[in-house]
Amino acid sequence: MSRHLLHALDDLKQRVADLGTTVQQAVALAVEAVLEGNTEKARQVEAGDRAIDMDEVALEEECLKVFALYQPVATDLRLMVGILKLNNDLERIGDLAVSVAGNAGYLDAAGHPELKELLAQLAVRSQSMIHQGLDCLMRRDARLALDVCASDDEVDRLYTAVRASIQQVLALPEEPRDLARVESLLRMVHTARSLERMADHATNIAEDVIYMVTGEIPRHGGHLEIRGWLDRDGEEAARTAS
Amino acid sequence: MMELKKPEVTQREDMGTTTETAVLAQGVEVWYGPSRSVHGIDLCLPARRVTAFIGPSGCGKSTLLRCFNRMNDLIPACAVKGSIQVHGMDIHAPGVALEELRREVGMVFQKSNPFSKSIYDNVAYGPRVHGQKDHHQLDEIVETCLKRVALWDEVKDRLKGSALDLSGGQQQRLCIARALAVGPRILLMDEPASALDPRSTGRIEDLITELRDLYTIVIVTHNMQQAARVSDYTAFLYEGNLVEFNETQRLFTKPENEQTNDYITGRFG
Repeated sequence: MSRHLLHALDDLKQRVADLGTTVQQAVALAVEAVLEGNTEKARQVEAGDRAIDMDEVALEEECLKVFALYQPVATDLRLMVGILKLNNDLERIGDLAVSVAGNAGYLDAAGHPELKELLAQLAVRSQSMIHQGLDCLMRRDARLALDVCASDDEVDRLYTAVRASIQQVLALPEEPRDLARVESLLRMVHTARSLERMADHATNIAEDVIYMVTGEIPRHGGHLEIRGWLDRDGEEAARTAS
Repeated sequence: MMELKKPEVTQREDMGTTTETAVLAQGVEVWYGPSRSVHGIDLCLPARRVTAFIGPSGCGKSTLLRCFNRMNDLIPACAVKGSIQVHGMDIHAPGVALEELRREVGMVFQKSNPFSKSIYDNVAYGPRVHGQKDHHQLDEIVETCLKRVALWDEVKDRLKGSALDLSGGQQQRLCIARALAVGPRILLMDEPASALDPRSTGRIEDLITELRDLYTIVIVTHNMQQAARVSDYTAFLYEGNLVEFNETQRLFTKPENEQTNDYITGRFG
């Protein structure tokens, strides 16, 4: 194998890992900003997004260079395709972090701390999915990736619960309808939606890892079949080892 | 003699069942004296498709290729065992006419080898040997075959000129035309473009793509990108063993055998 290709692949893996770390930090800071009402932290998230955007472009250009120069095949090709795709998902998560941070300072006006608590739970689950998605990427673990995909249902349920709770609050006849409160509630919905979309992107990352490892495209319902294959391969490996 | 461990061959079960089989090899072994260079290969090559043989130098690709038209018969101390059928005919059956087999299964070599004759006579040579004497028929055969290899426009005004005056790429295309002139159904190509410049290589690859619907083509190549570009199926050989045989697009995106993956990604070989 060309030394240069090997070096290029190692470099790309490291750059993806670094971008993943940066994005995770941005998400964590955005969640703190919005739950604490800390506009200074929100400003930091917005300021840091430019670097994420530039890293995404640089990573994509590097991927295209590797394709052009080395024409990778098989596992190397799948790695490159996976990196190219999840690079985009990471950048989008960064954008969503900015969206979340932009709601800092607005949520307390609604006067419903239980709704903030629900948002906090949703934020924890979304951040966990992002972390696990990046973890399965670093470990090339398709089984963990399948678990990440499966946990998106819980995030969707939490998001639905947040929306339903806010709708119930708005439906209360005694609920004050001043502009500040209504805006606060709408921004809660917006924050919840952004957190749910982050989890969707984490699912995409996990699906890209599944493709990298197995060569199968798991979108649109292929998860069960792939889990079956992995289970069979695991049983066969265990039989061979014994 | 040490028995080499035969690797598990990965071949999809539905290979060759939906299309006609041009070549069926079963338990094929090739021995050079006491040394075995091809180990018990089972292979089913679909008709009117392009199959590429890839693998490191000395793995048996060309040796296996030469089995299909019994060119190994010309090598002293070379013995072929097992069964090979070409379009259902056992090529080692008693009474098989070798000239007829080699008419049916043509061959093109790495180094182009035009006869020191005219361009016309190179193409007409085979049909004449097989009894074609009609001048009009020969003219038609020569024109058809030269057009088929995209050489006609370049040489139509100098058919009586020496074939040796052609460029390397033109000579190779002439050799392909010569092979086509006797009406084969199968064309074996042993690294047909490895001695050519990139532009000529591209023309040979374009030609293979154009011929694929008319002929069964088996190509040995060291150039994996070439195999990926021109072939429908790829067979990976290693140390005389068939390691994997699969649809090319699948073998190059998701090889089923780890050894195949390591070879095509350049981690060994």
